[in-house]
Amino acid sequence: MPAVLIDDVHKRFGNLEVLKGVSLTVEPGQVVALIGRSGSGKSTLLRCINGLEAIQSGRIEVAGHIVDQDPKHLRELRKDVGIVFQSYNLFPHLTVSQNIMLSPRITQNVPQAQAETLAREVLAQVGLSEKFDSYPDNLSGGQQQRVAIARSLAMRPKVMLFDEVTSALDPELTGEVLLVMEKLAKGGMTMLLVTHEMNFARNVASTTIFMHQGKIWESGPSRELFSNPQTPELRNFVSAGAH
Amino acid sequence: MTTFGLPEALFILRAAGWTLVLTSVAFILGGLIGGVFAIMRLSQVAALRRFAAGYILVIQSIPVLMVLFMSYYGLSAMGVELPPFLAAAASLSIYVSAYLAEIWRGSIQSVPFQQWEASASLALTRGQQYRYIILPQAIRISLPPTVGFLVQLVKNTSIVSVVGFVELSRAGQLVNNATFQPFQIFTLVALIYFAICFPLSRLSRHLEQVMNASRPH
Repeated sequence: MPAVLIDDVHKRFGNLEVLKGVSLTVEPGQVVALIGRSGSGKSTLLRCINGLEAIQSGRIEVAGHIVDQDPKHLRELRKDVGIVFQSYNLFPHLTVSQNIMLSPRITQNVPQAQAETLAREVLAQVGLSEKFDSYPDNLSGGQQQRVAIARSLAMRPKVMLFDEVTSALDPELTGEVLLVMEKLAKGGMTMLLVTHEMNFARNVASTTIFMHQGKIWESGPSRELFSNPQTPELRNFVSAGAH
Repeated sequence: MTTFGLPEALFILRAAGWTLVLTSVAFILGGLIGGVFAIMRLSQVAALRRFAAGYILVIQSIPVLMVLFMSYYGLSAMGVELPPFLAAAASLSIYVSAYLAEIWRGSIQSVPFQQWEASASLALTRGQQYRYIILPQAIRISLPPTVGFLVQLVKNTSIVSVVGFVELSRAGQLVNNATFQPFQIFTLVALIYFAICFPLSRLSRHLEQVMNASRPH
């Protein structure tokens, strides 16, 4: 069974159709990069996968859940699907460890002591063990984003979604976040990421999907796709460097 | 004719106590009702949203004096006799609820929507989102305007004197009727209002500064 199955998905914002029949499958352990210009629909597609956006037609299945807009179904889905945002979105009134432990404690009834062990474990995974009791405001952007990744990991997700997670970061902070993601990928996590980091897509993602005008324009094994683009649109996109 | 002395001053001070009681009751009851309306105003159910919006609009559009007249004279004409204190407390609570509902709705909405998205993505229910993520941040945001409104409330309780409830302003009037020393009496009354409101105003300003200093980014 694929980890993510997307079948002929259409999505409109009012009269604007942003996804025009998108289909793709992601196998467990696969790392898929979504690239394309702003407005090509890649972020919307990612947000549809955990139900943050509702679709008009088509079908999405993730880790055995059918994605619809029933709140109860969405909660079950989101226990298995983590998402990391461009703007980190940590909870500013909670410490790093409280950010991480909150959902396991209240949605999965993990006892306090066990939740603390879990928090230390995922913080170690992102290299921030010493920030256990810090508040988000006292961390750099790169550190906040790594905490956001740790917070998602504490849910023990089967699939992780990354929505332009390094776009708000200075170049010198981008690297530390990408390193954490690369480690996750090597550890066998199923990942879908929207990214402008072409090197990362080429080197870490096994598959890259180029989206254009709401459709999957071209897709394939990352190295091939970048070294030998078939369509003029992808050729332009790759030679322009990014964006 | 009596003159203004210690017994009269004590009478005014006791009445100031009633002003505080009335303020507290109206603030607590109005706050409870207002909190419910603030959440209803932001409900995902359209009917609840509209009902709350309608309530707030109506109450904010009529003088609290009219609410007071309706609950005191209006109800008594229909055979329900409310004691002045109850009529006063009920009217002020209704007035407070509409204003606090609006202040708190604004505070809840000024929590960035990404906080809703992030917490929803962590499988929290809407109730859990409010309890653990949204309200703790909204309450911080709402503190300065809420305390500011409390200052208005202390002063506005004086209108209940029209139904014969003896609070600070009414006590001043009564003593003046007996002694006719308006300057001394109303200076004292004004000073007592000031003594209650000034610390609250300072607290509101202080909270605002603390909030600004710790506002993220």
